[in-house]
Amino acid sequence: MPPLDPAILARRSEIVAALRAIVPGEGVIDDLDGMRPYECDALSAYRQMPLVVVLPETVPQVSAILRYCQDNKVKVVPRGAGTSLSGGSMPVGDAILLGLGKFNRVLEIDYANRCARVQPGVTNLGISKAVEHEGFYYAPDPSSQIACSIGGNVAENSGGVHCLKYGLTTNNLLGIEMVLMTGEVVRLGGKHLDSEGYDLLGLMTGSEGLLGVVTEVTVRLLRKPSTARAVLLGFPTEAGAADCVAAVIASGIIPGGMEMMDKDAVKCAEAYVGAGYPMDAEGLLIVELDGPSIEVDYLVERVAEIARERGATTVRVSQDEQERVLFWAGRKAAFPAVGQITPDYMCLDGSVPRGRLVEVLAEMREMSKKHRLRVVNVFHAGDGNLHPLILFDANDPGELHRAEEFGADILRLCVRVGGVLTGEHGVGIEKRDLMGEQFTEIDLDQQMRVKCAFDPDHLLNPGKVFPKLRRCAELGRVVVHQNKLPFPDIPRF
Amino acid sequence: MAGTIKPRSPEELRQAVEWALNDSQTLDVRGQGSKLALGKPMTCDQVLDLSGISGIVDYAPEELVVTLRAGTPMREVEALLAQRNQMLAFEPPDLGPLLGREAGQGTLVGAVMGNLAGPRRLSAGAARDHLLGFSGVNGRGEAFKSGGKVMKNVTGYDLSKLLAGSWGTLAVLDEVSVKVLPAPDQTRTLVLHGLSDEAAVKAMCAAMGSPHDVSGAAHIKDRTALRLEGVAPSVEARLKGLRDLLSTTGATMGELGTLESRTFWRDVRDVAPLSGAQDAVVWKISCPPTEGPAIVARIKAQRPSIEAFYDWSGGLVWLALPSSADADQAIVRGALGLTGGHATLIRAAESVRASVPVFQPQPAALASLAERVKESFDPKRLFNRGRMG
Repeated sequence: MPPLDPAILARRSEIVAALRAIVPGEGVIDDLDGMRPYECDALSAYRQMPLVVVLPETVPQVSAILRYCQDNKVKVVPRGAGTSLSGGSMPVGDAILLGLGKFNRVLEIDYANRCARVQPGVTNLGISKAVEHEGFYYAPDPSSQIACSIGGNVAENSGGVHCLKYGLTTNNLLGIEMVLMTGEVVRLGGKHLDSEGYDLLGLMTGSEGLLGVVTEVTVRLLRKPSTARAVLLGFPTEAGAADCVAAVIASGIIPGGMEMMDKDAVKCAEAYVGAGYPMDAEGLLIVELDGPSIEVDYLVERVAEIARERGATTVRVSQDEQERVLFWAGRKAAFPAVGQITPDYMCLDGSVPRGRLVEVLAEMREMSKKHRLRVVNVFHAGDGNLHPLILFDANDPGELHRAEEFGADILRLCVRVGGVLTGEHGVGIEKRDLMGEQFTEIDLDQQMRVKCAFDPDHLLNPGKVFPKLRRCAELGRVVVHQNKLPFPDIPRF
Repeated sequence: MAGTIKPRSPEELRQAVEWALNDSQTLDVRGQGSKLALGKPMTCDQVLDLSGISGIVDYAPEELVVTLRAGTPMREVEALLAQRNQMLAFEPPDLGPLLGREAGQGTLVGAVMGNLAGPRRLSAGAARDHLLGFSGVNGRGEAFKSGGKVMKNVTGYDLSKLLAGSWGTLAVLDEVSVKVLPAPDQTRTLVLHGLSDEAAVKAMCAAMGSPHDVSGAAHIKDRTALRLEGVAPSVEARLKGLRDLLSTTGATMGELGTLESRTFWRDVRDVAPLSGAQDAVVWKISCPPTEGPAIVARIKAQRPSIEAFYDWSGGLVWLALPSSADADQAIVRGALGLTGGHATLIRAAESVRASVPVFQPQPAALASLAERVKESFDPKRLFNRGRMG
């Protein structure tokens, strides 16, 4: 993290007083005990106390806070529910932590136009809960959905197991209201589709809290599919399982979810929840089909057929809702299950082209030997999003270091085979220093220039995403070799 | 008459932009120029013709991704995907005939630059939702990239979203990776006859809120059409479900089979109902679906001779008005009221487009933010200067 600014630290009491003038009462927290719950997010290996915590309740308060920060060059870190796995909302010692937890109301549900307008602190699952009695839901389902906020989902462009068919957050948003560093409040989108100018809504989604503070979100609601069934498929080799994934998609079927677990993950999950997984499988797939029952029945048969052709040794179709939930129970508990057999684990999040899965898994095993640490794999096979879990003991400093090295090697591998550093967890502070593996300096400069258009002083969520910050004034310069450049050798007429 | 520069490779493209930057030459960036009549008229110093940077780079059907060069004709892409029973799910319209040109022109990247989408926008998204990544050149003459070739990617800002719908004003792309999806086995359409605009939109919204996976909902004159796609037994069952659901409307119902459906929805996609009279002005209004009929009624109260039809369950209104010096923009945009929607002038004479804001004017704070974003890519305003107003 960047070094703390002593001038800001020295002004702490003045900053606290200014915030108290904006947010009265208990909305400003400056004592150590009160700030403790905010010292980290779900990337809990990294902790830092914020300068002060402020919990506004109204948009004018958010606007006044940001304007104050801009005028006084004070940094600010926005935070939803604090469930980021990449340190996206990790506090910074010389920055205000701006918590949006009090923005927790569902403002409007409009079934005819199939959308809901909510405040950013409403949880992801809270939206679905608010509309389920009418048979609707909000599609993106990150595994933290019970706790994570929709504002955080916008910041991270959160995914989930059903992305392949239903898209990520960005494909399910209709509009937002946000506050800029200047304090200006702007609305992007609404209940209608597509943008009237540049798609700033699309840009904001996944911008990791670096561009603006979201104060309202309009999401698209979907009607719940009438039926969902899951198929459990065990294969004697990982290659067989990966092959089956490709074959299902090539046959024209887009399942609601398609998850893969390696042998170690299957073992851990089975020991933990007893989902009835086949213990002899080297690769296990859970394929979920959803839609009208007649379609689901038809597609379940096709998937089973494709799996048998690809040498599946286990083919089990859920016969009722209870069994479907049981099939998923092991997968959903895979992380805590792995937690039972290791003091600590590190969860990675690379994305690779599906066709390279087998080779990536094999290479990961080789790396596991080199770094002398075990790796367990659970992933969204349908969209090539890997979640390797590296097992280690944080009490052994050597192991933590080796786990970090191993993790970085895996992400480099993802990039090398044509994939990316992060599929759904975000860059945050976790993958910040690896950005150079995927992007050139020019690529990153272009992104930083976009940042400058929103936040010219780099005050918003500092220290995240970019490995090296450059001043906006420097980035804005245009180098022109005034008329010294001859016309290149290009056809011209 | 502007000269034309035709680079043959991404590197030549970069050199061309670098040269333009140094010589302060503005560039009219074109694939095939099929949508030149859309947007504000431009007067650029040079035409930058991308047709020399063309061809499929990579297509793996099981990856659901196609990577191609910027100049690749749409026709070529669609033919390639059709061979493997796949498609561009956003259903890019062919606006050629509407804009007074022949059908079948244009590039995929051109469609992406306009963030175009057809009837399936409702269920599958627009071009923006399908652009996975790109490489190109910014207004500093620098080659850069963003995104990737994989389905799930949150590494860095999603610049693909910004580029989609930027009408070529931010950067010149040389390569894109686009998500593709399996084409449906079957397509059938339920048609309700004789519903008023209000009743039709109500029926369409009910259908969209049902579990029957409707992938197109349009209302043209007295016909309200609902599209169902997928495997045969499923389409059959959903069709029955929809009939039951909508029996309360009292409308007579009919059906279109797969072939008829294709023609019908292609016509909706390409705005064929308004492509005839070339002198009429055409607007596209995006609004909350239930607001569509009221917006049309407000316009009709002042201009009784308009023609209108609805797509996207009522959320997309296509409107033809008799030509006038200001395309009746105050009436059209005024009719939006507080719905939050936007109106784009799709077809009008050059002189009209020169004087009327083609794209919906934005509030000051948003407009100046958009301006700063533009500058962050193209500080000297080389690309398609003035196209977006």
